[in-house]
Amino acid sequence: MTTKNIMIVGVGGQGSVLASKLLGHLLTAQGYDVKVSEVHGMSQRGGSVVTYVRYGDKVYSPVIDKGQADFIVSFEILEAARWIGYLAPNGQIVTSTQQIDPMPVLTGAMSYPDNLLEEIRKSGAKVDALDCLKLAEEAGSSKAVNLVLLGRLSHYFTDISPEAWQESITACVPAKFLELNRRAFDLGKNA
Amino acid sequence: MKQLMQGNTAAARGLYEAGCCVASSYPGTPSTEITEEIAKYDEVYSEWAPNEKVAMEAAFGASLAGKRSFCGMKHVGLNVAADPLFTVSYTGVNAGMVICVADDAGMHSSQNEQDSRHYAKAAKLPMLEPSDSQEALEFFRRAYDISEEYDCPVIVKMCTRIAHSQSLVETGARKAIPARPYEKNIAKYVMMPGNAIRRHPIVEERMRRLQDFAETSDINRIDSGTDTSVGIITSSTCYQYVKEALGNTYPVLKLGMIWPMPDAKIRGFSGTVGRLVIVEELDGFIEEHCRELGLKCEGKSLFGYLGELSQNVIAEKLGRPVPSGLRLDESVKIPARPPMMCAGCPHRGLFFTLNQAKCTVLGDIGCYTLGAVAPLSAMEMTLCMGASVSALHGFSKAGGKNVVAVIGDSTFMHSGMTGLANIAYNQSKGVVIILDNSITGMTGHQQNPTTGLNIKGDPAGKINLESLCRAMGFKRVRVVDPYNLKECADAVKEELAADEPSVIISRRPCALLKYVKHNPPLSVDTSTCVGCKACMKIGCPALSMKDGKAHVDATLCVGCGVCKQRCRFGAFRGGE
Repeated sequence: MTTKNIMIVGVGGQGSVLASKLLGHLLTAQGYDVKVSEVHGMSQRGGSVVTYVRYGDKVYSPVIDKGQADFIVSFEILEAARWIGYLAPNGQIVTSTQQIDPMPVLTGAMSYPDNLLEEIRKSGAKVDALDCLKLAEEAGSSKAVNLVLLGRLSHYFTDISPEAWQESITACVPAKFLELNRRAFDLGKNA
Repeated sequence: MKQLMQGNTAAARGLYEAGCCVASSYPGTPSTEITEEIAKYDEVYSEWAPNEKVAMEAAFGASLAGKRSFCGMKHVGLNVAADPLFTVSYTGVNAGMVICVADDAGMHSSQNEQDSRHYAKAAKLPMLEPSDSQEALEFFRRAYDISEEYDCPVIVKMCTRIAHSQSLVETGARKAIPARPYEKNIAKYVMMPGNAIRRHPIVEERMRRLQDFAETSDINRIDSGTDTSVGIITSSTCYQYVKEALGNTYPVLKLGMIWPMPDAKIRGFSGTVGRLVIVEELDGFIEEHCRELGLKCEGKSLFGYLGELSQNVIAEKLGRPVPSGLRLDESVKIPARPPMMCAGCPHRGLFFTLNQAKCTVLGDIGCYTLGAVAPLSAMEMTLCMGASVSALHGFSKAGGKNVVAVIGDSTFMHSGMTGLANIAYNQSKGVVIILDNSITGMTGHQQNPTTGLNIKGDPAGKINLESLCRAMGFKRVRVVDPYNLKECADAVKEELAADEPSVIISRRPCALLKYVKHNPPLSVDTSTCVGCKACMKIGCPALSMKDGKAHVDATLCVGCGVCKQRCRFGAFRGGE
C-alpha cells in the first residue's frame, strides 16, 4: 500500500506525545513500516507543535510535506487551520473545538479568527469537530483530550479492530490512568 | 521483533551493545535523549557533566584508562568541546571513544544552524552519518571498532530528524569488551610541541587509511536507479527525502561516512550518471568536495543553504510535480503561536521586574530566553552559553550603565562561572542574576551540579551558588523569590544602585517539576475587575480577556499569584 500520513497538531503540553506513541504502537503491531517524527525543546513551551505519523509497506521520509496528510488530528482549532496546507485534497480533519489564545492574541496585537471551523470547511477540508475537552473532563481529567481524539479517529480506521486499539492503550498508558484513558477513548469513539 | 525506536534511543542502544562503559555529556536539543537512555543501562556509568568540554575530556580519560567511552552534545556544544577535539585527534585513544554531535537544521531549538560536518574535516577525524534509527544503532556500534582500529575518536553526526524520529529497529546483545590496560606513553599522550610534531604525520597517514576504508566499506553504498540521466549523492535524513520523492528512479550514492569521503567511489559514480546532483542540508560540504575532485555538479544552486529540506523541495527542484495543499481564504489571518514561558514559570516574575526596571538585560541560553518575547520583552542580547555574564563585564567596562546579566543555574555552571571570575578579578559594575530554577529546564529536566542529584536521580554533590559567588569575592549576594514582585523590584533597584558588582539569585524550582506542589487556580471576581489589563502585562498563558474582564484558565493556572500582585483592585481570588 502507499504510505498513509497522520499529522497530530496542537499546543505544546497538550498531550500529543502520548497520542503519537499510541498510534506508533498500534500501526507497528499491524505489521506496517512506521515512522514517527516529533520536535523537542523550545517549541514545546506553549508553542505550536506538530508530530508526523507515517505508515505503509516501506516508509522513507520521517516528515509529512504539504498536501500529503490523510488526517490532521488537532487539539485546537487554530492549529488545525495553521497546518491546513499539509492536508491532502481529500484529507480529513479530526479536531477538538478547544480554542487557546496564542500570545499575539493575549497581547491584543491580533485577534483569534472568527468562525474558524467554517473557514476551514470552506477550504474543502472534511472536518469532524468535537468538544474533546468536555468529554475528557467527563472521563475524569482534562488531560485525556488525546485519548478522546484518538477514539474519534478510530472511526476512520475500519480495518483496525477495537481489540488492537485497546491493546495499544494498555501498552502505552500508565496503569494508574488506564481506566480513565479507556473511558476517554470510548467517549470520543461513541460521540 | 522490531521495535519502534527514536533515533537517540537507538543510538544509546548501539553504544550499549558495543560495550560502552563510560558516558559523559551535557544536555542539548536534539542530542539529550542519547545520554538519558544510556542512564537506563546499569552496565554503563553515565553522567551529566557541567559542559561539553568537560564531558569530552572525561570521555577521553575513560578511553585512556581502557574503557569504551562516549560523549554527546548538540552542534553548538561541539564549539565548547572543540579544544580537546582537535588535540585528541593527535593523541588518539586507548579504548574506543565515540563523540555524538547533533545538528539542528531549521533551528527548532537552537541559536544557529551551523553545519558540524566541517569539524570532522578540520579536526581530521572520521564522521559517520546515520539516516534512520536502525542505522543509528549500527553506526554507533561500528564507530567503536573504527575508533580502535584507526586509533582516533569517531564522530557520529545526528540531526533533529534522525535524533527525534522513530523508526523500526532490531536490537542485538551487548558485546563483552575486555578493558584495555592503561600504558604510560608520554610521546603519544603528552601533546607538547616536540611530541605533537611527531603525531601530526600519524594523523595524516590515518586519514589516508580511513579513506581506503571509506572506498571499500559497505557504509557508503550505491542504490541503483532505472534512469541514469541524473545521479544523486546524499546522506543522513536527505537520503530518506530523496527516496521518498524519487523512489528508485535515479541512482543514489548514499554516504554513511561523511568524512573522509571515498574519492574513487564518487568519481566512479559520477562517471555512470549524466547530471550529478548533491542533496544535503545547510552547507555544500559534499558539493565542495566534489568540485575539488574536478566534478561538475549541482547542489546549493538548487536547494540553498537555509533550514531543512523535504521530499517536496527535492521533487520540485528536480522538476517533479508536488501536491498542493488546501488553503484558507486570504482574509483569514492566522496568528503565530510562538513558544512562551509556562503558566507559573518562576522566570516570569523576575522578567516582569526587569521590564519595569527599564534596565538593559543581557541574556543567555535556556527557557528564560523567552523573556525576550512580548509582552515581557526584557532581554536584549543572547549569544551563547555564558555570554550574558562575560558581555556584562565588557558592556560595563565600555561605560554601559543600568545593565544586568541573566543566566540559568545550569548555564551558569556550564560557562557562567568563568565570566563571573572575570568580573571579580577585573572589577566591573553590574548585576548578575542567576535564575535558579533548580533544573536544566529547556532540554527537559536534567540534573546539574547545583541540584544535588545525579543523572539517575540519586543523591550527588551539590554546589552552593551563594558560597561560590562569595568565594569569588562578591560581597553583595542575595536571594529573592521570583513569585514575590516587590522583593524582586527592591533587589534589582538596590543592586543596580550599588557601587560594586553583585549577584542576585532568583530561586524557585521550575513549575513543571513533579515534586513542586501548586496552589489551586485563581479566579477573577468580574464585578471587581475593571478591565485595566495590568495583569496581562506579565504575559501568562493562563490569563486572557473575556468580555472586557480578566479571565483565568483554570486548566493552566498553578496559583503562583504573580497576576494577583499586579491587580490594584483586588479582583483575583484564591492563590493561597
